Amino acid sequence: MDPRPAVVARRLARVGRILAVTGGKGGIGKSSVSVGLALGLAGEGARVGLLDLDLTGPSDHVILGVERPTLTEDAGLVPMLAAGLRFLSVAAIVGERAAPLRGEDISNAVLELLAVTNWGRLDALVVDMPPGFGDALLDVVRLLPRAEYVVVATPSPLVLETVGKALELLRRLDLPVVGLVENMRRDDEPSVMGRLPVGGLPLLGSVGYDALYETALGDLGRLLATRFMREMAGVAHSVAAGPRGAPGMRVPPGR
Amino acid sequence: MHEWALAEAVIVKASEVAEQNGLASVSRVELRIGELQAIDRDSFEFGLGLLRSEYPRLTGAVFALASEPAELRCRRCGHAWYLAESVSGLSEEDREAIHLLPEAVHLYVTCPACASPDFEVLAGRGVSLVSVS
Repeated sequence: MDPRPAVVARRLARVGRILAVTGGKGGIGKSSVSVGLALGLAGEGARVGLLDLDLTGPSDHVILGVERPTLTEDAGLVPMLAAGLRFLSVAAIVGERAAPLRGEDISNAVLELLAVTNWGRLDALVVDMPPGFGDALLDVVRLLPRAEYVVVATPSPLVLETVGKALELLRRLDLPVVGLVENMRRDDEPSVMGRLPVGGLPLLGSVGYDALYETALGDLGRLLATRFMREMAGVAHSVAAGPRGAPGMRVPPGR
Repeated sequence: MHEWALAEAVIVKASEVAEQNGLASVSRVELRIGELQAIDRDSFEFGLGLLRSEYPRLTGAVFALASEPAELRCRRCGHAWYLAESVSGLSEEDREAIHLLPEAVHLYVTCPACASPDFEVLAGRGVSLVSVS
C-alpha cells in the first residue's frame, strides 16, 4: 500500500483555494497566466503559493527571474519565497536537465510533491498544469478534489479545438471551473467566447498580445509594469471577487 | 528532513487501515523501504515514534522495516539491473535529487546495456505499507 495519498489533504489543510490553470494545449500561456494570477492575487493582499507542475518543461522560475529554484527540508519540503510567493517548481530538483518521464513516473512525482510539501497557511495555491489531459491532470483531479479550474484559451483555431475538448472533459468530470482567461488576443480578433462551448462560464479577463512581455521575462520590476501583468491583475481580481467555481458548469455536451 | 513527512503518511495510512479493519489497537506495522529514495532511517523511525502518540490505535505498535533493493528494467532493450550497480557513478548532488524525488533517477541513471534513460522501477522506489496487524 502506498501511504502517500493519505496525507495530501493534510498538507493542504491550511490552503484556502486551489486554482489549477489548464487549457489542454501547449504554448497558450498557461505558465504566464499562472504567474500573473499568483502575482495578481498577492497584489490584492492574499498569501499565495505557486506550484509549477509542468514536470518536463517547468518555466515559472524563468518568468519570475529565479535563476535556480531551491527548496529546504523541514519536516517535509518547504517551498522557496520568490516575488512574495511560496514557490515550488520541480526545477528545484531536476535543474536544467530534461526529465524523460513516462506516465507512471509523472504520477509518482506529482504524488510525492503533494505528499511531502508543507505549504503552510495560504489564501490560494495556483497550480500551473502541464499541457494535455494526461497523467498530471488526472492526478490533480484525483488528489486535489478541492481544486477549481481556470481555463486559458487563445484565439487561434489550432488552440480552440483543444480548449473545447478541455472544457468538455471538465464538464464530463463534473469539475468546478472558475472561468476562462482569453490570452494573446490582438485588437482586431474576435473573442474566444463566441467560439467555444463555454455555456454559462464567465470570462475572467481578456489579456491582449503584449510584445514587451517577452523582453521583461525574468525582471520582476519590468514584468509587473507590462500590459500583460496589469491585465492579469484584473483577472486575479475577478477570480478573488467572483464566485467560486461550481461543478456542473453549463457547457453543452458536444459542440 | 522530509522523512518526517513520509513517516506522517505511514502513520495516517496505518491508522486508516486499522480503523477500516476494526482494529482497536495495532501491535505491528510492516514497512518496505525502497533503496531508491535512500531515506535516513534514524530520522524516519524517530518520526514514526513521535507521531504515533497522536493516534491511540498505534501507540503500542512496533514498526518493522525491511529494505527493498531498487530493481530497474530497461524499456528499450529489456536489460534488468539493480541500482547498486549504477550508484558509483552518481554525485552527492545527484543522490540528493533522487532522495527528494525518486523519479529524478531518470536524469542521472541510464541502462548499463544500452544507455537508455527509459527504464521502469520494478521494485524499491520508496516507502510502502505491507501490513497492519
